[in-house]
Amino acid sequence: MSDTSITARVHITLKSGVVDPQGSAICQALKSLGFEAVAGVRVGRTVELDLTGRTEDEVTKDVFAMCERLLTNPVIEDYRIEILSSS
Amino acid sequence: MTFGIVVFPGSNCDHDCYDVLSRVLGQNVDLVWHKTTSLDGIDAVILPGGFSYGDYLRAGAIARCSPIMRAVADFAERGGLVLGICNGFQILLEMGLLPGAMIRNTALHFVCRDVHIRTENTETPFTNRCATGQVLTIPIAHGEGNYFADDATLALLHEHRQVVFRYTSAHGELASEYNPNGSRDHIAGICNRERNVLGMMPHPERCADAILGNEDGKILFASMIDALTTVA
Repeated sequence: MSDTSITARVHITLKSGVVDPQGSAICQALKSLGFEAVAGVRVGRTVELDLTGRTEDEVTKDVFAMCERLLTNPVIEDYRIEILSSS
Repeated sequence: MTFGIVVFPGSNCDHDCYDVLSRVLGQNVDLVWHKTTSLDGIDAVILPGGFSYGDYLRAGAIARCSPIMRAVADFAERGGLVLGICNGFQILLEMGLLPGAMIRNTALHFVCRDVHIRTENTETPFTNRCATGQVLTIPIAHGEGNYFADDATLALLHEHRQVVFRYTSAHGELASEYNPNGSRDHIAGICNRERNVLGMMPHPERCADAILGNEDGKILFASMIDALTTVA
C-alpha cells in the first residue's frame, strides 16, 4: 500500500479567557477607519502541514500530538485541525 | 562550584550572565551550547535572556526542544538550581517546569526600562539574601512578558508561596500603573513548589556591577552562591 499525502491546517486561537492585546489594537484601528460594526477582534495563527502517512486517521492522530506537544500552548490556546486534501 | 549558562541561537544575555558570575563574583562558569546533551560538572543552570530561535511560533517554544533541555529537566527534577531570565523564563513556562504562559504586553510595545520589583518570598535559593518585602530596581526588556495563568493556577501559586517577585512602585506599592506589561497579579517572577527553579522577566545580570550604577541584581546570584555553598 502506498503512502498518502495529506495537507492539514491547524487553526490556533487564544482561549476565551485570555486577553488579546493585538486583537484590541486591531479593533480600535478598524473603528478609527469607520468600521463601527466591529465589536471585538481576536487574532490567531494558522499552521499548514504537508504530511505523508499510511492513512488519513493515522496522520490526523499525529497532528493532534504535534498540537499538544509543540504547535500550541494549551495554557492559553485552543486549536482546530482541518484536513485540506488527501491523495 | 560551576555555573552553566545555556546558549541557544538567539541568546543575547549569555555573556552578561557570564561576566557577572565570573568576573564580578569569581565563579567558574561554562557556556553550554544547546546542542550538547550533558550537564556533567554543572552545579547551577542559567537560561539567559534573548530571542532564542527568533521567538518563532511562541517565545521559548522551539528552544524547549533543544537537545540540552532534557538534561535541564532532569537536573531540575533532581533539585538542581535553574534560573530562567526573560526568554529563559519563557522557556521554563513552555517546558512546563513552571506554570502559566506569556502573552504580548498589554500596550503591545517592547518595554525596555528599569522597574521596581518587590521580593515576596525570601525563602528560596535565589532570594535568601533579600529582606522580606525588599524592593529591587532591575531593568526589563521584553515584548511578551505579560504573565498569564488561570484563576485556579494563580490561587495555587499564592497558596504555595511561589510568587517570588511582583512589580511595584519604588516603595513597594502594588498598582496597575507600576505593572509594565499587564501581568496577572503583577507577577514578575515565580518559582516551582520545590523552590529550585525560578523564572523572572527582569534582568538581574544587567545591574550587578557597580560601574553600571546599580548592583541590585547581584543579590540573586549571591543568594544562589550562598545556597550552593550551604548545600556543599
